[in-house]
This record gives sequence, C-alpha cells and structure tokens, in this order.
Amino acid sequence: MDYEIKLDQFQGPLDLLLFLIRKNKIDIYDIPIALITEQYLKYLEIIRSLNLDEAGEYLVLAATLLHIKSRMLLPVPEEETEEGEDDPRQELVKQLLEYQVFKDAASALETRPVLERDVFKRGSHEGDVEVNPDEETLIEVGIFDLVEAFQKVIAISGKSELMEIDLEKISLADRINEIMDTLTQNRSLTFTELLGESSNKRQVIYTFLAILELIKLRMIKAFQNESSGVIRIFLAVEE
Amino acid sequence: MEGLKAVIEALIFASETPLDVNKLADVLDSVEKKAIRDCLARLIEEYNSENRGFCIVEVAGGYHFRTKNAWSPWIKKLKKGKPATLTPVMMETLAVIAYRQPVLKAEIDKVRGVDTGGAIKKLLDRKLVRIVGRKDVPGKPIIYGTTQRFLEVFNLKDLSELPTLRELKELQE
Repeated sequence: MDYEIKLDQFQGPLDLLLFLIRKNKIDIYDIPIALITEQYLKYLEIIRSLNLDEAGEYLVLAATLLHIKSRMLLPVPEEETEEGEDDPRQELVKQLLEYQVFKDAASALETRPVLERDVFKRGSHEGDVEVNPDEETLIEVGIFDLVEAFQKVIAISGKSELMEIDLEKISLADRINEIMDTLTQNRSLTFTELLGESSNKRQVIYTFLAILELIKLRMIKAFQNESSGVIRIFLAVEE
Repeated sequence: MEGLKAVIEALIFASETPLDVNKLADVLDSVEKKAIRDCLARLIEEYNSENRGFCIVEVAGGYHFRTKNAWSPWIKKLKKGKPATLTPVMMETLAVIAYRQPVLKAEIDKVRGVDTGGAIKKLLDRKLVRIVGRKDVPGKPIIYGTTQRFLEVFNLKDLSELPTLRELKELQE
C-alpha cells in the first residue's frame, strides 16, 4: 500500500481519520481500531518526516487511538457487560460525526454566491485600482514588514544560487544618495519600486540596507495602508 | 406607486451598504412600510425577470444591488487579480463559528480536533468574525461571533438563512 499524500490535503487530525474511514469503506459506528490506528500512525510518520510542526497537531489523536485500542484489548469485568455499556470508541465517533457535520456546513457555505467571487457590488474594491496615497490611511511600518517585503523581492530576483565573490562595485553611501535623489523627484515610492529597479541580489541588499539606514537617520519614513499592504517610502522632511 | 418605486431604486443604488426597510422608511417619511415592501418586491421581481446584468438582493438584513452570478467571469477580467479566497481550514472554522456563536476558541478547537488560533486570526483580519465579548469564567476567554460582513460575503439575509445542521445531516444520509 502506498501512502503518497499531499501535506495540505488534510485539514487536521479528524479530517485524516475520516479520510481513512472512507478509504477503507468502514462503518463509522464500528471502527476497527487496530487497523485504523496502524494506518493513522503510518500517515503520521510521513507527516512528521515532511513537517514537524504540523505533526504535533496529529499526535493527540494518535494517543487517543492507542488509548482506545488498549482499552478494547482489556477484558471487561463481568458485572459491567450489561446493556448500554460504554464502547470506548463512542466518544471518538461522536466527535467525528460532529466534525463531519461542520465540514459539510463549510462546503454548503462555499457553494453560496460569494461576494467578489461570484457576485459583485457596485464600486471599486481593494486591489483593482492604483491607490492614491493621499487617500490612504497610513500606518507606520515595522521592521518585520520591511524584512518580509525584502524577502519577496529576493524571491523574485534571486534565481541563481551561484556563489559570487567580487569587488564592491557600489557603496552604501552611493545607494543612499540615489534613493534620496529618486525620492526628491517622486515624493513617494513603493518599497517594491525602489527595490525592483535593482537588477541583482547585491544591489537589492544594498538598497534594503540603505532604506534601513535612512529610516534610522530619520530622513525617510515608511508607511503602509494595511497590514501586508503596499509599503510606501516618503521623505521625512519635505523641501 | 411608480414614483415611490423609482425613489427606492435610487436610494438602494446610492447606498454603500445594504438598506433595510426601516432606513428607507426614515428617509421617505410619511410612506408606509407596507408600500415600501410592495415596491421592493416589485423591483426585485423586475430585475430578476428582465435580462439584466444585476439585480436587487436581500442581504445582511437589507437590500442591495449585486451583479448576477452568470457575469462573474467578465467582471473578474475587469477587476484583474484573484479574489482573496478562504482556505478549507478557514472555511471549517468559519462554519463552526457561524453555527455555534457565541462561541469560545476552546469549543472551536474541540470540534476541529486541532488548534484554530491561526484561522481565527485570519478571519478576524478579514472582518468575517468579530470578538463579541469575554465569558465571565476564569481566564475570561474571548467569545467569537460572525459579522455583518459575513452575511454580505455569503449573500445571507440573516443567520437563519443558513441551512440548519439537521438539514445538513439529513443531506448526508
């Protein structure tokens, strides 16, 4: 049996369990715990080899399955085997059925005419027109937003993994002056515009360092209109 | 009657958010709500029956213009860029909140069998979910509920328009 899986195929441990039950064509009210536990653990092993963080989420249910398995192996004392005796699987089945209902509820929601996907209302919406910086409400950008934006540009430009050692062709001071010049001409620039004009990784890094330096010196300011929005760079003092 | 109908049409057109009958009655003082409702019904009927690009829908407790489903491919082309979709995890979390609200994070986690903090945060960012309050028990856990925007995005008049969980269960069987 092969266990080829896509990591994001399951929305969580209960989802994986439901998948196994369906795959084995098992009656949910009579789950062969030994078989399911074994398969579940095999999947967990694969998930673990791919992504340790995610595996943690699946561990609790693995423990629950093993616990149920062990309880089912134990002989039940005579006096407790009356009608209505608790099946150790009962709690889990209840949880699975409940989860299934909400999974269905989610797909039912998904089939509705969704705004901005199937139906649209009047007027523009975020992302469809170039925003006028004067109309944006701006929030000041933190260092992490800058680093994130930097990584995006690097991801676009940094295709080659070749090591390159060469003489310093540009200096930080040069780049700082260039940025100040461009900003004086343009009033404001987006972060990507500033970095995008740099052709290689080295230049991108210098540009980024220059921006950080300029912010530290309080010569420029960085704003964005929402979290993860476009970062705009302004001159701190307008001449 | 025709005049009133036209005014109502204009008001809905000009409104940023869905307009409810009370609001319409406020603006159109001295007009009975019954007359307004009749006009609305006729407007909806007209837009639906005619070959139009858009129609009036009852959504989030009010009335609003929406383009018809069939024309979405063209509008998407106009707007470029993909609409921000919700991931399956976000959809599941949203479904639990919608049906169980007012609900605690611990309850959502229990249903999904996994920590849902990340998904809740994203739903809060998207304004589909809001913090309703805090429960008066140790730790004062946050209570979550859906927003007006949730109704707007999923084209629901109100929460009662959601299929009941029993209906969903029967569908399943």
